Amino acid sequence: MASETLRRLLRNPSAVAGATLIVLLVLAGILAPFLTPYDPSKQQLAEVLQHPSAAHPLGTDQLGRDLLARLLFGGRLTLFIGAFSVTMGLLVGVPLGIVSGFYRGAVDMVIQRVMDLMLAFTTFLLALTLVSLLGVGLTNVIVAVGISTIPRFARLVRASVLTIREISYVEATRALGSPDRRVLWRHVLPNAIAPVIVQATLSMGGAILTAAGLGFLGLGVQPPTPEWGAMLGQGRNYIFSNPSVTTFPGLAIFLAVMGFNLLGDGLRDALDPQLRGLR
Amino acid sequence: MSGSVSYLLQRLIGVMVTILFVAITIFLMVRILPGDPARVIAGVLASDQDVARIRTQLGLDRPLWTQAGIFLRDLAQGDLGISARTSNPVSQEILARLPYTALLAVVSLALAIAVGLPLGAWAAARAGSVADLAVSALVLFGISMPVYWLGLMLIVLFSIHLRWLPAAGASGPLSIVLPAITLAAFSVAFIARITRSSLLEVLRQDYVRTARAKGARSRTVLWRHALRNALPPIITVIGLQFGELLGGAILTETVFGWPGMGRLLVDSIFSRDYPMVQGLVIVFALMFALVNLAVDLLYERIDPRVRYG
Repeated sequence: MASETLRRLLRNPSAVAGATLIVLLVLAGILAPFLTPYDPSKQQLAEVLQHPSAAHPLGTDQLGRDLLARLLFGGRLTLFIGAFSVTMGLLVGVPLGIVSGFYRGAVDMVIQRVMDLMLAFTTFLLALTLVSLLGVGLTNVIVAVGISTIPRFARLVRASVLTIREISYVEATRALGSPDRRVLWRHVLPNAIAPVIVQATLSMGGAILTAAGLGFLGLGVQPPTPEWGAMLGQGRNYIFSNPSVTTFPGLAIFLAVMGFNLLGDGLRDALDPQLRGLR
Repeated sequence: MSGSVSYLLQRLIGVMVTILFVAITIFLMVRILPGDPARVIAGVLASDQDVARIRTQLGLDRPLWTQAGIFLRDLAQGDLGISARTSNPVSQEILARLPYTALLAVVSLALAIAVGLPLGAWAAARAGSVADLAVSALVLFGISMPVYWLGLMLIVLFSIHLRWLPAAGASGPLSIVLPAITLAAFSVAFIARITRSSLLEVLRQDYVRTARAKGARSRTVLWRHALRNALPPIITVIGLQFGELLGGAILTETVFGWPGMGRLLVDSIFSRDYPMVQGLVIVFALMFALVNLAVDLLYERIDPRVRYG
């Protein structure tokens, strides 16, 4: 079944385009030290705000740092923040959703009201408020963005589990006396996993946008660490003299988010059982 | 009629309960999360006496439950406390900014519906064509675009190069054009996408085939029969993504120096004005809840199958 899904993915142009973009970004991050001779934090005050040239392919920023080097190293951080915050959302949101959907009743009610409350803040405002109270910095950004992704996972998993627990063989397994833990691990979780994979991929895009938005406001990862959102936020003061300082970091964020959106859409088509057998 | 009035009342109470919980949560977050607000407001160099004075001034030296009681009592009277930065009432400062954010949000939402809905319908009517593919690409761009970047790029194009529109501020009717387009982009894409998929679903239904078989023109079928039936999910999505729109407004206002609540929030975060942050979060959540209530009521108007919860 896994190979069947993979085959469908490889035939899906959206999934292939998205995966290619992401692989390129990951490779750029890993190979950053080999792709540029510059130190991303090294200031060259004699060479500030240069336009693209042979020595600096994308030019330099307001402190004379090589823009390409900062973009390459910044990509590591962007992917890192996205991956860790989504993992956090998964690790908290999925169990909450399973418990909520499987046991229903009072537990379900409490969990769902808490999720409603988190959604009432709206995603960006929740992350922004958390970071403003926890303080800026890498860990707090990951925690804030991670928490803001929890409700989506909890909601989604709860909805699937509510359906799965009514499937007759799951009911039969329970009736035969299988302990809850076994039923959950062996039957409920595997059946609920497909939409979670799709949501996690799409959430990577959302998490990158949110984290970069915090960075743009100056509430994310602090300088001199290269981070795309912060680069954009600091560069916007020089937009009149050299727009490339804002153009390229923004383009990088855009491509990363688009990569995950494309892959997510492709995964949905490949994993959606309703579409199986079509074509 | 009295049934719908009591229903409306019930829903309004629901909104108030939500806001009450939001208020309690933000109240607790400010006080329980690591970091001493009084110390932060006073600054790193302040003496212990100064910190103690600010703590008393903000009432942070009293027991938590006493603080909570005072906070909720004041909140019920619309009193959100005193700004730590300007010493003006928080509610007064927010009310001065509210019209700007409301205007920006309403204009952007109207723009997003006016563009997104026809765009999605147009694509659905030509499913599989080049035009449909182009709309899909546009949707992908819209949902992947960082709102702050789009804003800056529009400034470069329309304010710096073409000099058509102002880059910042709110000094005339033209100043809202770029912020509104920036903020609407994501919603245009989102609404176009859901309109397309929702319409495609409806166009497969039997009654659409019947209408076609009767000889109704395809334009009539699309706009009169299909779109009306496709509307409920579209309206729900418009309400839900209003939360994203408010988040986007915070960033858009910062890019364009738009004097709304979003910029006030960012400024207040930097100056550690916790009473103001607290008040703004509550008002933002209230806006979101009220828009979703309005959407639900509209939903019931349009879809007679759904009535009174």
